[in-house]
Amino acid sequence: MSKALVSYLLSLADNTLILGHRNSEWCGHGPILEQDIAITNMALDCIGQARNFYQYTAQLMGNHTTEDSLAYLRDVTEFTNCLLVELPNGDWAQTVLRHFLFSTFQYYVYQQLQNSSDPQLAAIAEKGFKEITYHVRWSSEWVIRLGDGTEESKDRILQALDTVWGYTGELFQPADFDLQAQQEGWGADLLLVKRNWDEKIKAVFEEATIPMPATTWMHAGGKQGKHTEHLGFILAEMQFLQRAYPNSEW
Amino acid sequence: MDSINLPVTLSELSDPLHIKVREILATVSDPEIPVLSIIDLGIIRDISISQENESNGSEITLQITPTYTGCPAIDTIKISIRMALLEAGFKKINIIEVLSPAWTTDWITEKGRENLKAYGIAPPQYQQSVCSPDSFQKEEAIQCPLCNSYHTRLVSQFASTACKALYQCNDCKEPFDYFKCH
Repeated sequence: MSKALVSYLLSLADNTLILGHRNSEWCGHGPILEQDIAITNMALDCIGQARNFYQYTAQLMGNHTTEDSLAYLRDVTEFTNCLLVELPNGDWAQTVLRHFLFSTFQYYVYQQLQNSSDPQLAAIAEKGFKEITYHVRWSSEWVIRLGDGTEESKDRILQALDTVWGYTGELFQPADFDLQAQQEGWGADLLLVKRNWDEKIKAVFEEATIPMPATTWMHAGGKQGKHTEHLGFILAEMQFLQRAYPNSEW
Repeated sequence: MDSINLPVTLSELSDPLHIKVREILATVSDPEIPVLSIIDLGIIRDISISQENESNGSEITLQITPTYTGCPAIDTIKISIRMALLEAGFKKINIIEVLSPAWTTDWITEKGRENLKAYGIAPPQYQQSVCSPDSFQKEEAIQCPLCNSYHTRLVSQFASTACKALYQCNDCKEPFDYFKCH
């Protein structure tokens, strides 16, 4: 069980780290000050959750593994985040839409993980669930505001939807560790997550007057370490210091 | 003092050593909200003291819980706790971080709430307003900490630190922070 648990935790950690990193790119660039602060607060929540997952993983792995070695010293193919979180931010519409699609997914995953048979995983999920609740609320309000806003904002959100929708299927395609997680009772049931997610997305899109996209071909591979070119650039920026100056501390 | 390694919990106030530790912890404040002690913030979840023989001194084990997962204040708080206890002569100090049950603003004490308000931060409402993910919810009536008006509006659910939301008073026009429910 321990090996699958480690893979499962790493995937949760990578998702939150990479999304946190992407959202933090808005720091100092938000459309208005309050929203700059909002998106960077959410980046901080994501990175905080990533730290919890990495710390727990490091503890299970032992052998001098630390949260830092997991974040800074693994290469692209060892990261198992889904492709959606590594996509570039695009414009504000694309950023908020991606955050809505992903945090709604996280919301239902954490909701189930609170009852995980693994107590530490349950504790991290319980903590993160409260934070993600605010993310879903904030991002869904933005999707509605832009979708049901002006001609320009509507146009932007529809373009964003075209760009990111094809990356949502992967969230629900179980990797081996997902299947084992569910079988052994410490992970989330992705079919149930998908049902809840569909319902929430549909309701918000309806209010935002955004048509539900037709079923389409979906990108995948992130959970198996096959990434888009974008992840390499994120890691180059994020890992540079530790690679160039090993063990340097702040 | 012949009881060996007896754990003392937060509620057992009768033990003088326990009271002393609590008093020391009450001098440690949140670095971002200096009017709030860590006792008033409700992040100390357990204090246990193993009373060993006199030459070895006592071993103190604290359970502490973070407010938000990404809150950078927790590391500073841990260092401050250690410093305060060391200064008081305690040498064996263990600080354990626990995540569950997750911290809630309900654990902020009455005194803490009064201090927040006096400092210009609206204290959190009790649990009835706990956040759901639904969009465009009816806004809570938050009292302006400066002029006491309830005629206020939410500017942003996110503010200068993870634990606060930004409001503005429609009467005195002052913007203010609200310690949001969590």
